[in-house]
Amino acid sequence: MSVANNAGADQAAALPGPGARERLGRAAPYLAVPLLAAVALVAILAQGSSLPTWVTLTVAGLAMGVMLFIMASGLTLVFGLMDVLNFGHGAFITVGAYVGVTVLLWLGPAFAADNVWLNLLAIVPAIAAAMAVAGLGGWFFERSVVAPVYGAHLKQILVTMGALIVTEQLLLAIWGPERIPINRPEALSGAFLVGDAAIERYRVYATVLGLAIFGGMVYVLRRTRVGLLVRAGVENGEMVQAMGYRVRVLFAGVFIVGSALAALGGVMWALYDEVITVHIGQNLMIMVFIVVIIGGLGSVEGCLVGALLVGLMTNYTGFLTPTLSLGSTILLMVVVLMWRPQGLIAVNKGH
Amino acid sequence: MSDDLLSLEGVHTHIGRYHILQGVDLVVPRGGVTVLLGRNGAGKTTTMRTIMGLWQASRGQIRFDGRPIEALPTPEIANAGIAYVPENMGIFAGLTVKENMVLAARGGRFDQARLDWILTLFPALKRFWALPAGHLSGGQKQMLAIARAVIEPRRLLLIDEPSKGLAPAIVGALTQAFSELIADGETTILLVEQNLHMAQSLGRSVAVMDEGRIVHAGAMADLAADRDLQGRLLGLSLEPTP
Repeated sequence: MSVANNAGADQAAALPGPGARERLGRAAPYLAVPLLAAVALVAILAQGSSLPTWVTLTVAGLAMGVMLFIMASGLTLVFGLMDVLNFGHGAFITVGAYVGVTVLLWLGPAFAADNVWLNLLAIVPAIAAAMAVAGLGGWFFERSVVAPVYGAHLKQILVTMGALIVTEQLLLAIWGPERIPINRPEALSGAFLVGDAAIERYRVYATVLGLAIFGGMVYVLRRTRVGLLVRAGVENGEMVQAMGYRVRVLFAGVFIVGSALAALGGVMWALYDEVITVHIGQNLMIMVFIVVIIGGLGSVEGCLVGALLVGLMTNYTGFLTPTLSLGSTILLMVVVLMWRPQGLIAVNKGH
Repeated sequence: MSDDLLSLEGVHTHIGRYHILQGVDLVVPRGGVTVLLGRNGAGKTTTMRTIMGLWQASRGQIRFDGRPIEALPTPEIANAGIAYVPENMGIFAGLTVKENMVLAARGGRFDQARLDWILTLFPALKRFWALPAGHLSGGQKQMLAIARAVIEPRRLLLIDEPSKGLAPAIVGALTQAFSELIADGETTILLVEQNLHMAQSLGRSVAVMDEGRIVHAGAMADLAADRDLQGRLLGLSLEPTP
């Protein structure tokens, strides 16, 4: 019976487990985060600043990083799964911020109260509304804007950019051109004192929430059947279809979830900046694209690492050489791509 | 019910501005192996992809078990009972061997007896069950690709050049595995193959393609016995080399 036995046995010896070198290669992208932090520590101390400054900047960088991760994670999967370049992704960040902030302002008294539970009573519905509206918008966007331009990158860039502009104008028409200020509630304000370092509470909460979302996404991708389909689809969508699965439906689902997450990121960013404008999404998209490219298109793990690097880099250089703040993230991207042209954690593309 | 499991009538396929299939008429009888021969660029892979719906036929009709399928989307064609093993094998390199197989079992769980049978055909897969499929050798990847295609009973397997780049011992193993697969009489294989020994030892019927058309169709035994015909169609001989 065992016709292929010899073929298998021949290969067994030639199939070593991952060597030390390969394991280091795989860990290297993750090590880039502590490495950047260490280099920054040296630079900050050399400049005459103190350790607490570094701690504060690092926490700020991590918080910014996880928010960027939440906004970028959907985009990277959308590209990985269907090769769709969605320049309109920023629209969902903006919509999320506006819907979330509007709900928070409606629920003003609960939001302003000096009580954690009352605050949560306002924040939870605000986030839920933002994610629901953006998810619904994502479904509509996928059907009407993205579906007709599958496989045509140039058209995708044009129509998704156009959709972003239309969305911004709609928001302007509804909410007006003024900046909308939103103060963080008492429970999310203030700072923890660790030694001499003041660490803003909100940044800690944002980091914890972001890492929890990352953990949830990794769980779904690694441990569930839908996750298995998404991972397979990112590698080779055509083969997944040829096995009998409707990749388009899967893709629409990922698009909706990605849009909802972008909206969550938008609400979190609004509370971080304490002010929103209709350009919030567009402004963040530059960094979101850098994150996705650094991380490796289609890779959720790479997206987190890329986001943390960008968040930390922005905060460190913002302190050390403020004029280079945005330029530094582009420099970071150049360095990463010279090291790994496919991004930090490249996805195996089966075609 | 007709004796033909699959039939293509006057199928044309355009890829961009290229007119690749120019009226393919092909019949795959029920049971056994039908071999599709032809030079590189004759349109064999395009025929397979058109049957699978991965390229849309611009004209003509494709019937599977009597039912027209040329307008169906790929997943529905797959679910009608056709499995596809592409030339590049389509292995999910980042997924483990097990995960590759789990996906192929669309119900989400394995028929244990069938899995055991497949793992006796391809014992290497059992050994590397938990390893990312990207780490397998070329031959093992081909075995995984075929195992995926048959983990659920399918009536028609489209297999594109399985022997390409593989060592003779592994080609021999695959040939034996294919004979076992069709032994149940329920499974039919449409095999694109350049390895003439494999084609000859497995094929019951044969079709030869050239320039986007079928230029010969008949029994494999007839083609194997007629050296003139071979010379004209393929410029090659099916005679086994010593």
